[in-house]
Amino acid sequence: MTETIAFQGLIGLSLAMYLWLISAGLTIIFGVLRILNFAHGSLFMVGAYLAYTFYGQMGLPFGVAILLSLLGTGLLGFVMERGFLSRIYKVDEAYQLLLTFGFILILDDAVKIIWGGVFKIPPIPAFLEGAWPMFGKSFPVYNVFVIAVGLAVAVVLWAVFEKTWWGRIVRATASDREMANAIGVNVPRVFSGVFVLGAMLAALGGAIGIPVRVVAPGIGTAMIIQAFIITVIGGLGNLKGAFLSSLIVGVLSAYGTLFFPVFELFFIFAIMAVVLLVRPQGLFAR
Amino acid sequence: MTGRLSPRFTTPLLALLVLGLFLLPWIAGRYPVYLAMQILILAVFSLGFNLLFGYTGLLSFGQAGFFAVGAYGSAKILLAVPNLILGIAGGVAAAGVAAFLLGILSVRHTRIYFSMLTLAFGMMIYSLAWKWRDFTGGDDGLVGVPRAPIDIPGLLSISVAAQDRYYYVVLVLSLLAIAAMYRLVRSPLGLTLQAIRDSEIRTEFAGVPVRKYRLVAFTIAGVYAGLAGALLAPLENTVTPPIAHWTMSAEPVLATLIGGIHTFGGPIVGAFLFFVIKDIIVRYTEYWLIWFGVIVVALVMGFPSGIMSIFAQRPK
Amino acid sequence: MTELLRIERAAKRFGEFVAVDGVTLTLPAGRLTAIIGPNGAGKTTLINLVTGAFLPDSGVMHFKSEAITHLAAHQRVHRGLSRSFQIINIFARLSVLENILIPVLSRRRRTAVSFHVAQRETDAIAEARQILREIGLGGKENVPAGALSHGDQRLLELGIAVGPAPELCFLDEPSSGLTPVERSTVLELIRKFSAERRTTFVIVEHDMDVVFSLADWIVVMNRGQVLAEGPPAEIRENRAVREVYLGEDL
Repeated sequence: MTETIAFQGLIGLSLAMYLWLISAGLTIIFGVLRILNFAHGSLFMVGAYLAYTFYGQMGLPFGVAILLSLLGTGLLGFVMERGFLSRIYKVDEAYQLLLTFGFILILDDAVKIIWGGVFKIPPIPAFLEGAWPMFGKSFPVYNVFVIAVGLAVAVVLWAVFEKTWWGRIVRATASDREMANAIGVNVPRVFSGVFVLGAMLAALGGAIGIPVRVVAPGIGTAMIIQAFIITVIGGLGNLKGAFLSSLIVGVLSAYGTLFFPVFELFFIFAIMAVVLLVRPQGLFAR
Repeated sequence: MTGRLSPRFTTPLLALLVLGLFLLPWIAGRYPVYLAMQILILAVFSLGFNLLFGYTGLLSFGQAGFFAVGAYGSAKILLAVPNLILGIAGGVAAAGVAAFLLGILSVRHTRIYFSMLTLAFGMMIYSLAWKWRDFTGGDDGLVGVPRAPIDIPGLLSISVAAQDRYYYVVLVLSLLAIAAMYRLVRSPLGLTLQAIRDSEIRTEFAGVPVRKYRLVAFTIAGVYAGLAGALLAPLENTVTPPIAHWTMSAEPVLATLIGGIHTFGGPIVGAFLFFVIKDIIVRYTEYWLIWFGVIVVALVMGFPSGIMSIFAQRPK
Repeated sequence: MTELLRIERAAKRFGEFVAVDGVTLTLPAGRLTAIIGPNGAGKTTLINLVTGAFLPDSGVMHFKSEAITHLAAHQRVHRGLSRSFQIINIFARLSVLENILIPVLSRRRRTAVSFHVAQRETDAIAEARQILREIGLGGKENVPAGALSHGDQRLLELGIAVGPAPELCFLDEPSSGLTPVERSTVLELIRKFSAERRTTFVIVEHDMDVVFSLADWIVVMNRGQVLAEGPPAEIRENRAVREVYLGEDL
């Protein structure tokens, strides 16, 4: 029993990493631009499809395919931010939410038009195949890879925001954009940069999932809801909170399917509602 | 507030429109009548949504939850007691109670936090519809919901099983709901809700218990969503979980946005345009949502007040 | 003079910053009081505490001998306590008449669910029109408030504050951003409302000309505390006050 629990925890950990990657992007975009990007799940989906095209269809190496997918999705994010969102920053935030909702409708159907509605699962790259024995069961190497990527992204993001000049500018802009503007920060460029970074993080989450999760038109809307739950629990705009709550939700839903599969979805939304009511700043706010 | 067309012009036009709606089964075939019912149901749903969004300034992403409570509520009753009055009244009451209870919690927040909270509540209802198999039938839903007769024991019993007859049930109830909402937004309550939208703090300091008024608006919006759902269940004869999903909440959002949020008739016109545009697009392509996406983006970027704002007079 | 409002040892801090630090103050009916002090002295925070925008960390407040410390803002309005805002806060998309109707209907308890049409609330509308005539916006009833000039918006702000027919009304910088002509109009209105409607006003003001021409009593605040209070002539001569205002024209 204890072994099953430990093993399921590991499964949950790898699940948590996809959640972390998409939530990280959502969180930094909200933290800096104060926009809740409803279309963030669609960027996750576009990242997955692009990676599928480069890797599964064109046969490029897995790593190259992921890289190209990040660039492509980043470009899409750039167009969304520069071409559309940046023009309505002064409008009521409800309209920003509605605009990103319009993007969902466009991207979800565009994906169906380009790639068709069928599920796609490309093979696992050879060097990540196989499984390691763990807690009396075999744990897929690919899941270890996913965990490693997620943790690496966490470390890199931490280093960027805490240690680099750009990171400090971004944090200054997040806490007071007028002040940042006054001291000479090019705020529009920071906004674009952050949105592109956020889009790429979502794409990375989508891309590394392709061999083990299905690539299908609905994955974007499914992911955005989970990402909302996580960013709410972690506190909107709180990156560390997003990481911790990704872990919690990932592991909990792994146990959820084990112990109370029937009401899994219900409980997760109930937790989201309770956090919003009792601690709207998130569980991990200082 | 935006101005309105002169009543001298609109009153005969509206009378003609209502007359046309009553004559529709005689002048049009089965499909237009079916489409008209869908439009009326979405119009009622959207009017409730817009009382929250356009009038009170609260963007809810959970209205599908109350729509589903209305639909499941009326379906459960109709499957047990074949009486349309009980079925629809029960569905509306269930949605109203659900909206009141969840509203007490939801109106503690505004802006993005309100949107997130309503999303969570709506999705909780969705997961119940999906997973609480004994009550909701799970992903099979509830099938064979009858268009039961309008029955007052010992007095009258009118069969509405035929589509044309059920159409009149939908038409009369929708028109009543529209008329009630029309009065409501012009009452002191409606004015106060608009004041809350413009400045919550100012309204509180004018002596208005703002949170209580938000709850009233939330409950009424839930009742309208519930009525829409309760009318849909006997129309389609089935109720399935997707009607509770947040993407279903998007339908009134789209209709209202297309029609215009700052005019009373916006959601009604929007519901009409929603189905007409969809009907035209699906003749050419199955990908109709992308075009709605384009419309939403164009409206938000171009003129967020919606189509109806073109017809509204500029304020003097 | 009868006591209208009594504040005892009211305190409010925001994080490390002590905005109001143990203020004790009594306001009698009919005396026009001005609260002055440098930026960050705690004037607006004090108004917020009294009118119920947020609760104090400690201290008690009585209005007409009733404890109001924990009442909600709208409840205080119904007991006769209203306010205006430093940054103009009106209902931008409602008409000028509807702006005034909100507090008037609220005082008459007509805002609840009712199938009355607002346009047929004749007595409330007559009262709102009367207020509009008094503040000089009589001809602009149907203009959306957001389309008014800054000066007219200030007048409307004042109109919404006096709409509930308050016994005590706080005006937070009622003349800010106004031209000299507009300023004297607002001054006249405040005098007129004090005299004719028996509303006791408390104003927070930076313009010393306004303060000394209007106020019967001046309260000087600094760093969250009451530094001095007294009639204008006395405050003018107060040494401590002069030190705080060193460099400012008194």
